[in-house]
Amino acid sequence: MTGAVSTADLVTWIRAFRDAVQQHKEELTALDSAIGDADHGSNLARGMDAVVAKLDTVPASPAELFKTVGMTLVSSVGGASGPLYGTLFLRMGPALATEGTVDAAALGAALRAGVEGVVARGKAEPGDKTMIDALLPALNAWDAAGDDLAAAARAAADAAAAGRDATEPLVARKGRASYLGDRSAGHVDPGAASSTLLIEALAATVAA
Amino acid sequence: MKKFVNDPADVLAEALIGIQAIHPELRIDTENRVILRAEPTRPGKVALVSGGGSGHEPMHGGFVGRGMLDAAAAGEVFTSPTPDQVLAATQAADSGAGVLHIVKNYTGDVLNFEMAAELAEAEGVRVASVVVADDVAVQDSTYTAGRRGVGTTVVLEKIVGALAEEGADLDAVAVLARRVADSGRSMGVALTSCTVPAAGRPTFELPEDEMEVGVGIHGEPGRSRVPLASAREVARMLVDPIVHDFGDPVGPAIVLLSGLGATPLIEQYLLYGEIAPLLADAGVDVQRVLVGDYITSLDMAGASLTVVKADDEMLRLWDAPVVTPGLRWGA
Repeated sequence: MTGAVSTADLVTWIRAFRDAVQQHKEELTALDSAIGDADHGSNLARGMDAVVAKLDTVPASPAELFKTVGMTLVSSVGGASGPLYGTLFLRMGPALATEGTVDAAALGAALRAGVEGVVARGKAEPGDKTMIDALLPALNAWDAAGDDLAAAARAAADAAAAGRDATEPLVARKGRASYLGDRSAGHVDPGAASSTLLIEALAATVAA
Repeated sequence: MKKFVNDPADVLAEALIGIQAIHPELRIDTENRVILRAEPTRPGKVALVSGGGSGHEPMHGGFVGRGMLDAAAAGEVFTSPTPDQVLAATQAADSGAGVLHIVKNYTGDVLNFEMAAELAEAEGVRVASVVVADDVAVQDSTYTAGRRGVGTTVVLEKIVGALAEEGADLDAVAVLARRVADSGRSMGVALTSCTVPAAGRPTFELPEDEMEVGVGIHGEPGRSRVPLASAREVARMLVDPIVHDFGDPVGPAIVLLSGLGATPLIEQYLLYGEIAPLLADAGVDVQRVLVGDYITSLDMAGASLTVVKADDEMLRLWDAPVVTPGLRWGA
């Protein structure tokens, strides 16, 4: 199928992301213990629980949905991940039509707007060992995959995972891991790991 | 994990209940997790608002009171507060004369305070910000997150709080705040890691015979791990990088040696006894000194040394009365 998703499908994605964060909470916190301050898993889990609690009724449109997700994350997570994940979703909303379904091109454009928002807020560049190192390759793979939604999301998830793994040898230049200098090398970035869960959850949702 | 907790998820909320029971001169906004003075900000007085992750007590809530902060937003343990929390603190503290945000340089704190300042200004509150980035363990570069904010924050809150109490306007308060921030340098060392209640185990493992040099205040590993050294050698590891980073002779200074949470005062005294002659040899003319737990990292054993170059105005404001849970004199 070339495919398109409804707001309800996108809610399924957000729920799947929450489930993935809960499932990998310990792992994310362990990654953050190595090079950060041991709270990425518990903070993101708390934020996504707050998000899911607001989604008992499906929002009127994809734009509404992403606004709710973004505002809730900004208000409930704190740390760096609150503003960064919050900005990702807040910027996705306005890039989408206010009604109807979303196809591969539209969702790809929305993701790009979101990631550009993250770059603007966090001022990270590729190779700084941040969530951007998973999200930018994902966007590029998405765009290259064409108009089949499931194929685009699959390609994006695989590229995110590869980007995540490629953060391991990097020396962090942004975020708390940067304080370790060369000692930050040899560990996967927790933000790149959670961002990969986000794109993987999307791929699983649209494949189903 | 052996800690006085009920549910690890409730640590912050329940600590705030305790603070309220101890300090009737403070008011706790339990919904927004903001600690305020019970008395509203005097009309015309610039308000000082700080905040950050919890786990550094007495900073920041313990520095709310006359002569220091007007409000502090308390984030989860080691997690900066959200923009909503900082906005609530800012709006509650503003008397109309504007608000100074005192922010420690961590990505999360900077982002959340930036968003809060944008929201507050949209609501008609004038906000100026100062970012403290004093940790010489971190190599500074325009390509990185920059230095962490540590002990200079406490000295800044005291000095600038005194100026605001005298009725200075927001511009003057912000100028002095940036001057103090630029005048401070810090360096920390840890003997153990610490345990975030929600994580339940130490953030990193540190063998009995090793220590971490160049740590911050979040239980994160430092710049390097070295064999456990004597207090005399540790004193040098703290003093040398600070003096080297100042470059020019330091002259008159305010010095803070803070325990990181699990180091007894007797060891802090002993360590300061080793630090004092090294500072003197390096040309630091110590005018005022504080030793004790002022900026901590949960149950980390270790210490952080801060040296702030101080002119006469800064010393005068340092000596002005202060009445807070964490600092109290002259009143």
